[in-house]
Amino acid sequence: MSSSRKALAALAIAVLSATAFAQGGYPGIGRDATAREVAAWDIDVRPDFKGLPPGSGSVARGQDVWEAKCASCHGVFGESNQVFNPIVGGTTAQDIETGRVAMLRRPDYPGRTTFMKLSSLSTLWDYINRAMPWNQPKSLSTDEVYAVTAYLLNLAEIVPADFTLSDRNIREVQQRLPNRNGMTLDHALWPGGAMPGRPTRPDVVASACMNNCAAEPKVASILPPFARNAHGNLAEQNRLVGPQRGVNTAGGAPVPVADAAPVPAATPRAAVAGGSASAAAAIGAIAQKNNCTACHAPDQRVVGPSWAEIAKKHEGKADYLAGKIRAGGAGVWGAIPMPPQTLADEDIRRIASWLAGGAAR
Amino acid sequence: MDSGRLRKAPENFIDRGGVARVFAEARQGRRDFLRGAFAAAAAGAALPAAHAQAAAPADGDPDILNLPEHSRGLGQAVATDGYGKPSRYERNVQRRPSPGLTQTTQASVSFAPLQSLFGIVTPSGLHFERHHQGWWDIDPSRHRLMVNGMVKNAKVFTMDELMRLPSVSRFHFIECGANTGMEWGNVAVPTCQYTHGMLSCSEFTGVPLITLLELAGADLGNGRFVLAEGGDGSSMTRTIPMSMVRSGEVLVAYGQNGEMLRPEQGYPLRLVVPGVQGVSWVKYLRRVEVGDQPYGAKDETVHYVDLMPDGQHRQYTSIQECKSVVTTPSGGQQLLDKGFYNITGLAWSGRGKVKKVDVSVDGGRNWRTARLETPVLSKCLTRFNIDWVWDGKPAIIQSRATDDTGYVQPTYRQLRAVRGTRSIYHNNAIQSWLVEVSGEVKNVQLS
Repeated sequence: MSSSRKALAALAIAVLSATAFAQGGYPGIGRDATAREVAAWDIDVRPDFKGLPPGSGSVARGQDVWEAKCASCHGVFGESNQVFNPIVGGTTAQDIETGRVAMLRRPDYPGRTTFMKLSSLSTLWDYINRAMPWNQPKSLSTDEVYAVTAYLLNLAEIVPADFTLSDRNIREVQQRLPNRNGMTLDHALWPGGAMPGRPTRPDVVASACMNNCAAEPKVASILPPFARNAHGNLAEQNRLVGPQRGVNTAGGAPVPVADAAPVPAATPRAAVAGGSASAAAAIGAIAQKNNCTACHAPDQRVVGPSWAEIAKKHEGKADYLAGKIRAGGAGVWGAIPMPPQTLADEDIRRIASWLAGGAAR
Repeated sequence: MDSGRLRKAPENFIDRGGVARVFAEARQGRRDFLRGAFAAAAAGAALPAAHAQAAAPADGDPDILNLPEHSRGLGQAVATDGYGKPSRYERNVQRRPSPGLTQTTQASVSFAPLQSLFGIVTPSGLHFERHHQGWWDIDPSRHRLMVNGMVKNAKVFTMDELMRLPSVSRFHFIECGANTGMEWGNVAVPTCQYTHGMLSCSEFTGVPLITLLELAGADLGNGRFVLAEGGDGSSMTRTIPMSMVRSGEVLVAYGQNGEMLRPEQGYPLRLVVPGVQGVSWVKYLRRVEVGDQPYGAKDETVHYVDLMPDGQHRQYTSIQECKSVVTTPSGGQQLLDKGFYNITGLAWSGRGKVKKVDVSVDGGRNWRTARLETPVLSKCLTRFNIDWVWDGKPAIIQSRATDDTGYVQPTYRQLRAVRGTRSIYHNNAIQSWLVEVSGEVKNVQLS
C-alpha cells in the first residue's frame, strides 16, 4: 500500500468513527418490551386503582386462604403480634365515619395496626398481591388476593361477613377506610419539589450557638443497669487496638488485650449422632431453600422452636418428625401453627433424621 | 486505671541527647553505641515524668527487645487468599443485629460498626443491611430491567447492555429513614453501632436513570413521578420525584467501592437516590415506571410514614436531614487513660454538603468548630475531628452539623417540640455521650 493510500485509509477510519460518535443515542442497547412482558411485571396498583386487575373474592373464601397461608404468622384474626405487627385493631365505627383514627391522637396508645394507618386500599391489595404470603410471595391468584383483602376488611369491621370485594366496588370500600383522611403532605421532606403548594422550609429550626448556650446539662435518660449487657458484651464489639476498648459488660474484670485476641474460625465440633459438619451444612442448605429458617433457628426461638429444642424433645423419632413436617401442626410448641410443608420427600427425610439424631452442627 | 489498662508504647523513651547520639554513631557505623543509648534512656525513664507521658519499662519494652516471630521467620505466600480478608485481630468489627428488634431474621436489620470505621467509606462487607423478605444472590445474566409507563416504547435492558452505557461513579451516604428511631422517646441502645449504624457510605458506579428514560422516550413533562420496583420476593416499590431523576443524580448502580454490589446490597442492580432514605434505593431493581401520580406503596402508606402529635401521618417524607454523630469516643467504649484524644465522627446531609461541624464536651454549653477531613462531597458522609485533652472529669460529648443550606442539626428538645416522640422515622437530633470518671462512655439524653 502506498503511503497516500495508507493516509486515505486512515482518513476513512477517522470519518467512520466520527460518524459513529456523531450518531447520538446508544445503538444496540435495550430493546422494546413485549406486551406479555409488561403485563407479567407491571403489577402495581395506584391509590386511584390504576393497575387493578378485574376480579372478586368473598370474605368466606378469604378466611379459607387466610387460615391456610397467613394465620401462621399473623394469627387467625390478624391480631397476632408474635411475628409481625398486628393488622387489625384500634379503629372504631366513628373512625369509619370521619376517616381519621382517633386513637392515633393518644400518645399513650401503645401500638399501631395496619388499619390504623392505611389510607389507600390499593396499598393493601398491591402488597398482598406482590409480597404475600411472606415465604411464598406472588403465589396467590387475583381472586384470592381480593378474598384475603375482603377477609381483613371484615375483621376490621369495614365490610360485613357476607361481602364480596371486587374491582367494581373497591372504590366504595375505600370511602370507608378508618384512616383515609389521616395523611398529610404538609412538610418539606419530599425531595425534588414535585408536590405543589407544600412548604419548602424545614419544620425544625435550630441555631448554631457557640458559647454559654444551654443551661447546666442534666442527664434525663440513660440505659438502666439491667440492660447493660442486653446487646451482648460490648468488649467484643470494639476494635482491640486504638484510643479505647469496648466496655466489658459481661461482668468481671475487663479482658486484657492479649487474652482478648480473637479466636480463629470456630473449631468444628466433634461429630456426634446425626452427622458431620458437612452434613449439617447440607441440612442448612435444605432448610434455607425451603424457607424453614423463616421460623426456625439453631439455638433460639424465632416463630417456632429451635432445632436444638426439637432435637432434644423428639430424639430418635424421625418418622414422627417427618410426619409433622408434611402435615403441619399446632399446640406442641405454642399457639402459632406450622402450616403443612411441601418439601421433596427426600428433603423431609433428611431433615427429620438429622433432628432425630441430635441436630448436630 | 484498672486491670484492663494497656501498657502504652514507650515512645520518647530515648531522650533528645540519646537520639542525637544514636544517629551520630549510626552514621559512623558504630552501632554498638546504641546499647549505651538504650541504657541511658532506661535510666531516664525511671524518673517521674514532668508531664503526662507514658512510663517506660525498666529494661525497655519486651515487644522491642524480644524480636517477634514475624521478624525472624518467613511469611505467607501471595494469593494465599484469592479475596483477602481483614486481619484476624479485627474480628470484633462486625455488622450486628439489635436483639429483640425484629422477630424474624429475614425481615430484619443489621447495623454497621461505626465506632470502628475510619474516613467516609464503609467497607462493603460491613455495610448495614435491611431486608424485608430475605436477600438473594441473583444470576446477573438472567437479570432484566424494564422501563415502562408513560414512555413511547417500553424497554428491556440486560446487565450486559447497562454496563456498556457511559457510567458515573459517585460517593453517597445511604441512611435508613428509621436510623436512630429507637431513641425518639428515651435512650434504648448502648453504642453508636445501634443508635446510628443504619448508615453507610460507598462509591457507587452506574448509569444515570435519566439515560434509560430518554432511551424509552419517557414523557418527562407530565411524568412527574417514577416508581422503582425490586425483583425479589418483597418486590419493594417506592415513588421517586422525576425532578431528581432529571437532574441526573439518580443512578441505576451495579458497582460499589470498585467491585460489583454485594448481594445484601442488591446485586446486580440497585437504585441510588442521593440524600433520600435507604428504602428508596430499591435493591434487585427490575422495573421503573413513569407516572403522573405518586404510588402509595406499602412503604409510603403503612410504613415510612411519620406520626405527628396531632395524629396525622406525614406521607412521602424522604429527605434525610442534616445529622452527625461522634463515633470516637462513643457509647460502650472505655477510654484508656487521661490525656489527649482525637474526637472524631461523621456528618451528612440529604440536602447537600456539610458546611460546618461543632463539637461540645460540656453537654452543649460551649462549642468549638471541628476540622472537616477531605473530601467534603454532596449527600455524602463527611469525617470531622477535633483535639481534646481529657482531664479525667465527667464530660458530655456532642456534635452538631450545619449543611450548605444553612440548616442546623437540632437538639432533642427542638426536634420533639415539633414532631413529638412517636414519629419513628427521621430522628436527626444531636447525640450525647457521657464520659464517666472511670473512662466508660455511655449513651445519654439530656433534659
